Amino acid sequence: MTGRDTLYDVMVIGAGFAGMAASLFAARHGLNVVQTGATGGIDFSTGFIDLMGVHPVEDGKRWGNPWAAIEAVVRDCPDHPYARLSKDEIAESINCFTEFLTEQGLEYVGHTDRNICSLTPAGTVKRTYRVPETAWNGSLALERKAPTLLVDFHGLKGVSGAQIVETQKQHWPGVKAVRVAFPGGRGELYPEHMAWALADPAVQQKMMAEVLPHAEDIEYIGFPAVLGLNDPGTVVRHLAELSGKRIFEIPTIPPSIAGPRLRAVFDRGLPGLGVRTLSQKLVTGVTQRSDGGFDFQVGSGPATVSISAKKAILATGRFFGKGLRADREKVVEPIFDVPVVQPAQRDAWHNPAFFAKQGHPINRAGVEVDARLRPIGPSGEPLHDTLFAAGAILAHHDWMRMKCGAGLAIATAFRAVKELMR
Amino acid sequence: MNILQTTVLIVGGGATGTGLARDLALRGVSCLLAERSDFNAGASGGNHGLLHSGARYVASDMEAAVECRDEGQLLKAMAPQCIEDTGGLFVAVEGDDEQYVADFEGMCRKSDIPARALDRSEAFECEPLLSDKLIAAYAVDDAAIDPFMLSLDNMAHALDLGARVLRNTRVVRFLRENGHIRQTIFLDETSGETFAVEAEIVVNATGAWAGIVAALAGADIHILYSSGSLLVTQDRLARQVVNRLRKASDADILVPGGTVSVLGTTSVTIDSPDLCRPTVAEADRIVEDAQAMMPVLATTRYIRAYSGVRPLVLTGESGDARSVSRGFSLIDHARDAVDNFITITGGKLTTFRLMAEKTADLVCAKLKVDAPCLTRTEPLPASTMGRWTEPGLAPKDWVRNRDEDDLILCECEMVSRNTVDAVIAAMPGMRGKSMLKAIGLRSRVGKGPCQGGFCGLRITGHLYDQGHVSGEQGLSELSSFVERRWRGFSPILWGLPMVQADLQEALYCGVLDMELDHNTDDLTCEDDE
Repeated sequence: MTGRDTLYDVMVIGAGFAGMAASLFAARHGLNVVQTGATGGIDFSTGFIDLMGVHPVEDGKRWGNPWAAIEAVVRDCPDHPYARLSKDEIAESINCFTEFLTEQGLEYVGHTDRNICSLTPAGTVKRTYRVPETAWNGSLALERKAPTLLVDFHGLKGVSGAQIVETQKQHWPGVKAVRVAFPGGRGELYPEHMAWALADPAVQQKMMAEVLPHAEDIEYIGFPAVLGLNDPGTVVRHLAELSGKRIFEIPTIPPSIAGPRLRAVFDRGLPGLGVRTLSQKLVTGVTQRSDGGFDFQVGSGPATVSISAKKAILATGRFFGKGLRADREKVVEPIFDVPVVQPAQRDAWHNPAFFAKQGHPINRAGVEVDARLRPIGPSGEPLHDTLFAAGAILAHHDWMRMKCGAGLAIATAFRAVKELMR
Repeated sequence: MNILQTTVLIVGGGATGTGLARDLALRGVSCLLAERSDFNAGASGGNHGLLHSGARYVASDMEAAVECRDEGQLLKAMAPQCIEDTGGLFVAVEGDDEQYVADFEGMCRKSDIPARALDRSEAFECEPLLSDKLIAAYAVDDAAIDPFMLSLDNMAHALDLGARVLRNTRVVRFLRENGHIRQTIFLDETSGETFAVEAEIVVNATGAWAGIVAALAGADIHILYSSGSLLVTQDRLARQVVNRLRKASDADILVPGGTVSVLGTTSVTIDSPDLCRPTVAEADRIVEDAQAMMPVLATTRYIRAYSGVRPLVLTGESGDARSVSRGFSLIDHARDAVDNFITITGGKLTTFRLMAEKTADLVCAKLKVDAPCLTRTEPLPASTMGRWTEPGLAPKDWVRNRDEDDLILCECEMVSRNTVDAVIAAMPGMRGKSMLKAIGLRSRVGKGPCQGGFCGLRITGHLYDQGHVSGEQGLSELSSFVERRWRGFSPILWGLPMVQADLQEALYCGVLDMELDHNTDDLTCEDDE
């Protein structure tokens, strides 16, 4: 199955939301899948799955109903990747994706047709569509303005309960913060170490003993997302039993473990579906085969692997994911050199203000595709019948401002897989 | 309205203003320095950090060259903590004006500025990254100076000697009576309140803004605003200062600054000093020009751009008899019928001490105070206020005083929580628009490859923990800090910095929603109709 001269049905290039989703959906369809890609978007994510939250971005208008928001964005921006998809497809893709996560022990929750409000580590409130179950009580506490205690720890930098309280207290008088020592922790602590330590019920108990004296008249207790690495649900349930309170997690800024938890699910789950994963390796060369497929060089030096596949899905993300590369003159797609639609000059890439509500023009640059999500050349014809693109590398969206990153990645991956099977 | 009294009011907290505060304080003259935003907000913070040997000016301005030579030597002795005595090179490459190259040594000799010819192998031994198209190289006495430490140490010494300082205070107007400024009215940008200062003498040391401030007093100075942009490289590419041996033009000096190098500069005339910001076009021009001198400059990683405005005083003004040289302008506004108002502007960072001295001489003459200048002989003490701008000090300190409970808040530059607290402690109130920005000016925070992306968030959390900020203030100060870094980050977004910027935006906007208005109670997730 993974022999040297295997001809895979599909090579998925990318290991972010879109790459993981494409590998999952392709494997579920019984295709022989190989996947490659380095650490990127997922590891830096909060684990929240956004579908669609803000439109028009220049007005900063937030939407409660993501489907209504998608309708509006498709109406106003007919090139938006969502315009290529039906509501049913999008819904089905998100459901398949989160069901897989739940099966693997990382439960996700949310409403069908309503966004959830969630606290961010900065103290702002973000709308999202699906959250890990361990974050759910936080949304409830926030919505009900319930008496809530936010816990943070000596030695865990970048996490400030006081900041969240100060930012929220005007509308949520019942929220307060406390800083406690982490059992056995001195000096700098990192979420990953804390999560490992908290796998031990004795450590959970010690931690709770520090917190409980501050939790009188409190209904909810929020912790930074350090409650266990692989099985946060169990840790949260145990802490709830110990305290009689409703427990939740708030994501931390990178390096966090919310993202790695998600990655771990795929690292465990995809090989189980028969996917061959070449993790932490980048595609270093590609040639088209006479049969329309591709021969890939993956990795470099003595560890280079050759992979042959009938079809490929390009899900390499944007600049951070290395899917797009900028030099001083222009932006290129480095693997297949597919054209990238972009502003003519570098001085038009960005606005003078970083936080410009309308976003930066370069955010909407990317790969142009046809109705079947195949990258197209200047003539409008697909470059290869066998090459599809999915996720943030696509042009005509601004996922950061529109809050549609994961949803767009998952739904376009779903569609790309469907198209390549036709 | 609150009224403050002082003998001398100094407006402007750059190198000249802080240097003047120290000079006057050493002479026993009481003074108050008022700065519109923070120290070195203008040209003093937007320059190369080059301590000139004078060699650059031997052809164009001998007087300025000699001034630089003398002041450079003096500062190396008086303020060694602010200076890295790197030495410098002047190099010419194929295609450069060979007549200029041939005349260079003789012109240096005429101004008595040391310059020693190097052969090719010697030059490459000094600086291996020089272009192999090198045709001439000379060693000179250039050095690198930390302008932030310089101003902070000058201010700290002045404060120790009894001077006072106000930051984030903007001059609104002067109240004049019979050709005399009776009161200067300020707006406190932090509190939004106005207050008055009554001083016997008012000194306008606002650099590029000198014409605007002088106009408020009814005086006329014509200033040409020449904006210059520079780029900071990720690595230190040369041990010494490297100058292109040609008539002064763009991108012909590379100055080491601790762990980085600074490359520049351009010269673009702008309409107002407030419009100064580096552009994509300038960044490209610098990179394209400089590679002839050092090819690596085409491919090296840049981490930011920044710019400053040179205040070039247009001469030929009637009655400008006090213009000490073409280098700087000292103006007694008695010529404009204001008898207690002085402007000092123009000049160079290298000559700041001399500018302060000449200004203090004039102030003392007007006050009829007989006290000599001491800054030629009194070394500048190193201060706790200025020490943290030194690259590499924070990590050294972290290792030396390892406090087990301390944390590294800025990982690029290894700045710990204790260091941040020390910087805050040495910085009296008046945070202005952003305490984070003030911390950045006084330390290495935000100056590494992440350009504040991560440390900004962590330090904001720490400021909340300590109660330095409350409500939404910390978030808006963080936004203001990020925007300030963005000015310098956005012109150089190609290669790795583009990847960094993409991550930063994913975090601040994609994850944290910081571009949206968060002061809203619309958290029900219901749609408004």
